[in-house]
Amino acid sequence: MSASEVWSLPARAVAERVRTGQLSTAAAAEAGFDGPAARWERDVHAVLSTDRAARDRAAREAPRSGRLAGVPVLLKDNLCTTDHPTTCGSRILGAWRSPYDATVVRRLREAGAVIVGKGNMDEFAMGSSTEFSAFGPTRNPYDLARVPGGSSGGPAAAVAYGLVPLALGSDTGGSVRQPAAFCGVLGLKPTYGRLSRYGLVAFGSSLDQVGLFARHVGDLAEGYAVTAGPDPFDASMREGPAPDVSGWAGGVKGLRFGWPANLWREGVDEGIVAALERAAGALERAGAVRVPFEFLPGTFAVATYYLLATAEASSNLARFDGVRYGQRAPAGDIGDLGELYDRTRGEGFGPEVRRRILLGTYALSAGYHDEFYLKAQRARTRIAREYAAAFARCDLLLMPTTPTPPFKLGEKTGDPLAMYLSDIFTIGANLAGIPGLSVPMGLAGGLPVAVQLLGPADAEPLLLRAARALEVDGRTGDLAKAYEREFTWPGSR
Amino acid sequence: MAIERAEAARIAQLARLAISDEELDRLAIQLSNVLAFAATLDQLELGDEPLTAFAPPEAALRRDEPDGRTLDAEAAVANAPESEAGFFLVPPVVEDLEP
Repeated sequence: MSASEVWSLPARAVAERVRTGQLSTAAAAEAGFDGPAARWERDVHAVLSTDRAARDRAAREAPRSGRLAGVPVLLKDNLCTTDHPTTCGSRILGAWRSPYDATVVRRLREAGAVIVGKGNMDEFAMGSSTEFSAFGPTRNPYDLARVPGGSSGGPAAAVAYGLVPLALGSDTGGSVRQPAAFCGVLGLKPTYGRLSRYGLVAFGSSLDQVGLFARHVGDLAEGYAVTAGPDPFDASMREGPAPDVSGWAGGVKGLRFGWPANLWREGVDEGIVAALERAAGALERAGAVRVPFEFLPGTFAVATYYLLATAEASSNLARFDGVRYGQRAPAGDIGDLGELYDRTRGEGFGPEVRRRILLGTYALSAGYHDEFYLKAQRARTRIAREYAAAFARCDLLLMPTTPTPPFKLGEKTGDPLAMYLSDIFTIGANLAGIPGLSVPMGLAGGLPVAVQLLGPADAEPLLLRAARALEVDGRTGDLAKAYEREFTWPGSR
Repeated sequence: MAIERAEAARIAQLARLAISDEELDRLAIQLSNVLAFAATLDQLELGDEPLTAFAPPEAALRRDEPDGRTLDAEAAVANAPESEAGFFLVPPVVEDLEP
């Protein structure tokens, strides 16, 4: 089997071939590099670090009997790895090398996956376009003038153009689901506390969750089954085993999905509204029932999030001070330790990170703590209750992942609030701690459009079943087939 | 809620960030815009709403060092910009101290 065929296989098919000896782990891991990456990586810039020697070593060490035997996986560059740098898309970490693997990384390796490198991201996961990476933006493989979304834009774009069938990101306010929508792939943000965050560099600890990208629903289920579950190294995990997702192809007969149409009555692109109608029709044909109701507008979630996430970030990022690791401002004229901190942080952090640290510091500062931080904590409770009330009436919610298709590079970098509002439909799930899944629904005007499924805590099995119903429905056909047919290679322009 | 330039400078000092005057001017405007947007939360009338609780009541006590896995001193300082004999080196914290 040639490399050109292997790279387009689902992760489960790759693993099956490796387990039965038809394919070597090295050939499986290299397929995306020999095929699509050789043509498209230079334009798309999805990858921050990779090297042939590290890939070969990882392929040699990968167990050939695992559930993900030989499956190449790209990691967002805020997941710690011993065999690749971890930069968080920032200059401040310098040449830092993690002394340990993140728990999710260790579990992937134990299941036979080959970590092939690290994907580009907005600095410290702060952004919705990957333009705030200190190492240059990633571009959308469907249109190189447009953003891939963010902050996990590199992993999303890599799955879209075929480098890997599976990738890991992190989702604090939509950073897996939004780039998945922009790049036409599946993106799962699991329930808060279901995937270990040991070895995920923290941004907003009450919101951060490791998430997964794939092109096939079954691959997403496989990736979740391998990575989810309790970890004694993460004290914030939910008790008990993760939900069983092996029934991902079980259908949606009798499932009740909420239809909060007031959310897209205005301000949502018509191609996305049409995708929502198609998705609802597909779920109904598969035996699900539509439950219309009104839902709290997402603007409140955005306002809440940008006070809480920045407050938590200002605290989490205090550790980057140029003393224990990372880059330190040049000694030259530095007088004392305070100046070392100020200069190291001022020079090492990029503009969006500086902006968010300031906003968070302000929201927590004496005199403003009640007015901003505590008020946002009360709003968060209200928003979580709104979701709980919705799930008393339906099993899942169907809504947009994003209000617009991918926007152009540079379009929102000068207007932070406009950038923040691109997360209007994804942030609620992080505030409520619930799982969300972005499902591609083909193209509109040549650009990917997607819908989002949200469920109560531990509803991952339901989300996957609903996504599978969309995958096999008559209109989209198999998602991957639609992907192969509809994908316009950047270089074929 | 408008943030003045001097206020932005005070916050930057609290956050230990050296920021240029030009950027402080820009940040004061941008932060003011975001805080004005955040004021929309007043529409929710949140008076008696409880604060979000993070620690679930059932959170179990855990050992400080699960599985006994720890970082030895050599690995801990391996990434330091400056270190010596297993210690992190920094500029003087206290100077001109008479014995």
